Amino acid sequence: MTFKHFALAAALAATSLTAPPALAQDTAPMGAPMAAPSSPNAGATPIAGDAVYKAFHEKDGIQRIMDDFIQRITTDPRIGRRFNGANLDRLNLLLVQQVCYLTGGPCEYTGRDMKTVHASMGLKNDDFNALAEDLQLSMDREQVPFWAQNQLLAKLAPMQHQIVTK
Amino acid sequence: MSSRRLGLAAMAAGLAMAAGAAHADPLMESGGLLDSGKLLLTGGVSNIEGASGGGIATWATIAGYESNDGVGGNVHGTFVGTPNYSLTDYGAAVGLFNRLELSYAHEAFDTGSTGKELGLGQGFTFGQDVYGAKVRVIGDLVYDQNTLLPQIAAGVQYKVNDQPAIVHAVGAVSNSSTDFYIAATKLFLNYNLLVDTTVRFAKGNQTGLLGFGGDKGGDAYKAAFEGSLAYLIDKHWAVGAEVRTKPNNLGFAREDTWYDVFAAYAINKHVSATIAYANLGSIATIPNQNAVYVSLQAGF
Repeated sequence: MTFKHFALAAALAATSLTAPPALAQDTAPMGAPMAAPSSPNAGATPIAGDAVYKAFHEKDGIQRIMDDFIQRITTDPRIGRRFNGANLDRLNLLLVQQVCYLTGGPCEYTGRDMKTVHASMGLKNDDFNALAEDLQLSMDREQVPFWAQNQLLAKLAPMQHQIVTK
Repeated sequence: MSSRRLGLAAMAAGLAMAAGAAHADPLMESGGLLDSGKLLLTGGVSNIEGASGGGIATWATIAGYESNDGVGGNVHGTFVGTPNYSLTDYGAAVGLFNRLELSYAHEAFDTGSTGKELGLGQGFTFGQDVYGAKVRVIGDLVYDQNTLLPQIAAGVQYKVNDQPAIVHAVGAVSNSSTDFYIAATKLFLNYNLLVDTTVRFAKGNQTGLLGFGGDKGGDAYKAAFEGSLAYLIDKHWAVGAEVRTKPNNLGFAREDTWYDVFAAYAINKHVSATIAYANLGSIATIPNQNAVYVSLQAGF
């Protein structure tokens, strides 16, 4: 089972390495969600194909993950205070858009870019890592398989360079 | 015997430390020096020479789970048993700002009943202290997922064997030496795969447990290769394989490339265990030394 997943992940990764994202969308297999509009502010190009999006249980699954995630991060003693006064409904909406887009789903990310949004927050690596750990727990709760979680984390990890400013 | 007791004490202290850290976590807001970085198991485990890495290979990782803003560290105890010998090993490592790693390990290579056959005496034991320093030069193992650039580190290990008379008698040139190495480690998160390649410039016979340099190979530095391949099964489990080549300096006993397959389990960022099966080849004239390897690590 694990090796099947691995093979699938490897095949996916190979596809994303060899095909530019725009091309990957054009050549998406039949039955894949329709090509997402370009979202230059999403911080990364989407994962090719729809296997990861499906592993996240599509938009409903991503919505459940983000509902759980927002609950987690706002009550996490390490980072909860960062969200005092934040518009959590808008944060929820944008995170669903962003993860839906990045996992290869038919969504557009309508928010601002990662650097701009986080510029005034003075975030440290510890904040970024706490957030990633909470996201893993939320993905676990939705029973997203480990290989699919890591496909998303591989897209999110390099955003550290834009998000962490302190 | 006293070194074993010291090892146990170090382990106990480490566990207490880890338990304390675990307890403090929920109370600790971000921004402290004891922060949390990396992903589970991506700090590597403690290898036999005390540096972070696999079991026999040294990686470019910096010990501990600190981020670039904090400090981390761990203690470890390791037992390796072959049909004819055993190696017990304990040590500690500190990671500073995910940049500098300082490590210490004490290895006790017990020849058991084979010691008598070799003319050393029943239970003759070689001891070795390894003092290590490693600097991360470039790259970040976890964050750099959008580039092929690995995390690259350079390190030194000063080794002192506590049996100078015997290592000279078997043909070694010296009982102390400094190894230099360059390690490149890449985490391919989207493949759940970690790959390490390391080049070590060393003189050690069986990594120094039988001294340094020799009557056959001379006293010059030789380049040796270490490699690890690890597959992350889930957040807690990694399995993989390793290889390590070594100089072959002694006339009385050939030495072989080491291989192992391993499974590592991290309960959390504070406690992990590694088991491995290793093919260590011929050691001090006795061939086919296949070993069981068990290692425990505690830290933060």
